[in-house]
Amino acid sequence: MRPLSGDPPRGWPARILVALVALGLAAAPFLFTGAKPLGVAEKICVMAALAASYDVLLGYTGVVSFAHVMFFGVGAYGVGLSLYALGPSWGALALGLSAGLALAACLALAIGLFSLRVQAIFFAMVTLAVAYAFNVLASQLPDLTGGEDGRSFRVPEMLRPGYKLGEFLGAAVTGRMLCYYLVFAGAAVLFLILLRVVNSPFGRVLQAIRENPLRAEALGYRIVVHRTLATVVAALAAAFAGALDALWLRYVGPDTALSFSIQIDVLVIVVIGGRGTLYGAVVGAAVFVIAENYLRLAVGAASTATASLPLLPNLLHPDRWLLWLGVLFILAVRFAPRGIVGELARRADMG
Amino acid sequence: MTQTLTLDGVHTHIGRYHILHGVDLDAPLGRTTMLLGRNGAGKTTTLRTIMGLWRASRGTIRLGERRLDGERPSEIARAGVAYVPETMAIFSDLSVRENLVLAARAGLMDEARLAWIFGFFPALKKFWASRAGGLSGGQKQMLSIARALVEPRALLLIDEPTKGLAPAIVDGLIACLKDIKQRGATILMVEQNFRVAREVGDFVCVMDNGRIVYAGDMAALAEDRALQGRLLGLSLDSHQ
Amino acid sequence: MTDIGAALPKPRVDVWPALTPLLVAAVAAPFIGSTSTFVTLTLASLAMGAMLFVMASGLTLAFGMMDVLNFGHGAFIAVGAYSATVVYRFAAPLAGGSLALDLLVFVAALVFAALVCGALGFVYEKLLVAPVYGRHLEQILITIGGAIVIEQLLLALFGTEPIDLSPPLAFRGSLSFGEIAIEKYRLVALALGLALFVAQLVVLSRTRIGLLIRAGVENREMVEALGYRIDRLFVGVFMAASALAGIGGVLWGIYQNQARAGMGGELLVLVFIVIIIGGLGSVTGCLIGATLVALISNYAGFLAPKLALVSNILLMVVVLLWRPRGLYPLGAR
Repeated sequence: MRPLSGDPPRGWPARILVALVALGLAAAPFLFTGAKPLGVAEKICVMAALAASYDVLLGYTGVVSFAHVMFFGVGAYGVGLSLYALGPSWGALALGLSAGLALAACLALAIGLFSLRVQAIFFAMVTLAVAYAFNVLASQLPDLTGGEDGRSFRVPEMLRPGYKLGEFLGAAVTGRMLCYYLVFAGAAVLFLILLRVVNSPFGRVLQAIRENPLRAEALGYRIVVHRTLATVVAALAAAFAGALDALWLRYVGPDTALSFSIQIDVLVIVVIGGRGTLYGAVVGAAVFVIAENYLRLAVGAASTATASLPLLPNLLHPDRWLLWLGVLFILAVRFAPRGIVGELARRADMG
Repeated sequence: MTQTLTLDGVHTHIGRYHILHGVDLDAPLGRTTMLLGRNGAGKTTTLRTIMGLWRASRGTIRLGERRLDGERPSEIARAGVAYVPETMAIFSDLSVRENLVLAARAGLMDEARLAWIFGFFPALKKFWASRAGGLSGGQKQMLSIARALVEPRALLLIDEPTKGLAPAIVDGLIACLKDIKQRGATILMVEQNFRVAREVGDFVCVMDNGRIVYAGDMAALAEDRALQGRLLGLSLDSHQ
Repeated sequence: MTDIGAALPKPRVDVWPALTPLLVAAVAAPFIGSTSTFVTLTLASLAMGAMLFVMASGLTLAFGMMDVLNFGHGAFIAVGAYSATVVYRFAAPLAGGSLALDLLVFVAALVFAALVCGALGFVYEKLLVAPVYGRHLEQILITIGGAIVIEQLLLALFGTEPIDLSPPLAFRGSLSFGEIAIEKYRLVALALGLALFVAQLVVLSRTRIGLLIRAGVENREMVEALGYRIDRLFVGVFMAASALAGIGGVLWGIYQNQARAGMGGELLVLVFIVIIIGGLGSVTGCLIGATLVALISNYAGFLAPKLALVSNILLMVVVLLWRPRGLYPLGAR
């Protein structure tokens, strides 16, 4: 029984990095006090899982899709609406999760089959249009989805902040901590499952298709079938991540579950972390979320400091965070296409 | 000024595949050199490498004094090389006239030269203003060759011009090629049809596995059945 | 003289795609009911279609010619609109003056936007597009980065509030024919769009550059093998595409009465739908596609507002099921 499916990160620097992140996340409630650090840790868990699912598509199968956050949203709304409508029970949670996963799988299947008919270069553009439409649709059905405002709901008692179980290692074991560990465990298990999938014969065929589709087809592999299956797997994983996130937030809405900025964030994480490595998603998520929360404030301070200069304060304003992210992203695509984990692995291989 | 085409130890890699393994080839000035060989021997790759469409990873390619390897295809074309690809590559949404106008870099077409081309390929005159995509296979092949003839060129690279053509059209093509030869063009031609090769070629190079395995006079090879069998796999009379 | 008539290859005149807008209009008419509303909506669609065409036509040529996926095209639309605001702010002292002067400012805005976007297109091509040429995945990623950076720069330079834009005095108000009111500005946009369409067709069919572009869309390798620097040609096409996007942005911005940084992203989706429906590399297809998308947007916007965007997706799906490569795909690819 190999927990990492025989595919640990390549090279010691990468292994240390991943281990640091994993340990940091595992011990987060005990390492930091206050609500914000735990929230940051939770976001890293969720983004790592979501980015890993996206890496299966982008890095391993070579498919660019902009409709991926749609699946995340479906999972989130499944859980959220179920708990909202049926009350805060574990049964409602299970029902919502199942519904979300089922819907995600159906949508993934539809997308996969439609790609049969459409030229490859159209595919990315079509997913963009579909994601946009889905987003608009969700905010235009307020009776069902709560529209722009979304839905707040209550979660099962054990997961509520008010719930107390006692003390452990100097920290209070509250429902919040339990909820965090549920998210952490869920994300970790999801990650390990994806690792198993990409290291299976199926995963290897995906990589062969990514490298040379014509050759793969000549060898007898049905490309559309494999790509569709990969899309379904990635969709299920994304939906699961969405469900976890909704549980933590106790809220679901277009801005937290469906917005295009989440899609951009995931894309950036996978590219900067390292495509086709899965571990890149973990490292990338950690770097991204920490930078977004802490580095951005530092930059914002610089903005106020330079307030008297002409253009600089505008460029350094924390709201313009995306500008620098975009520049970094462009530089990464041009000069470091393998991402952090990929580059570390390459150097390790070169010995 | 010698305009002989010379290849020296040319290697070509396509992705991971090593196709040409050190090709040494001479196509003498004013003569027609045939490039023969089995399917997959590397003949088309050789032509494309000369044309710059694929980069030679090693070795040199010279046209007279001028080095061609490493140059862009547009530079190589301007050095006087014309390419007639196996796929014909005519522009189907353009008319016959527009296809030829594009090939005439000076912009204008020499009337006399056009008349000469029409002499061999009357169909081109007939369908002058029609969309090239509507032509038959044979007519497209004629257009592809005519494109290379619109202006005088130092070197013609021709890839399997008679493939899939009816015998009557092939005869017309042979006559055309002979006429071009008379005007002093240097030709390097890939051809599977041995009859055509024999009629048109002065010299012959045979390729196998990315290398030249035989080079000599066409006449000599044409006489030697045994040699033909060894080099080309089976008796080439069947290739007609 | 040989007999020409006998065996000329039949000209492939494919009329069906060109008739689709009429089909859509005919289907929608009974549902809309009132004639005046129908005519108003249809005319509004034609104007919108013209503007979409201007924005999309350059992209379809660039895309068709070099297989370059530019997800940053929308950003140029926004840059065009913002460039117009600069001209208007600069010319503010002249505002309210004569109709002619006002018109001049409008024209200046269009020209300025085209120049700015063309120049930006040159820089963009060198920095972002050329380095990753041939690799689709990297193109998509890097041009998305470009789109984000440009949009953020606009926000940093111009602030987060939308900036007002209004039509020149000469084009304000509407013309009425009985119950039907047609906004003057929409007619101008339509005229301009059609003029640019004709101009593109003329350039493509009668000039040498147009010939090279058409050939390049089909087989760029062969064009290069005939002795032309197709990469240089492409930079020119890319710049022209960006300039057209900028002009479209000015027209659209005035139409919406504002320039907003987010407009690029929203229009990008529609532009993509237009060029997918129209067929890559086809200017005529682009016009038909733009008209269809505009018609559907307006009719659906009237009949079932919530479904406006979704209906365009449905349109795209239907068209692709009928013609998988678009209405007027080019040559053999």
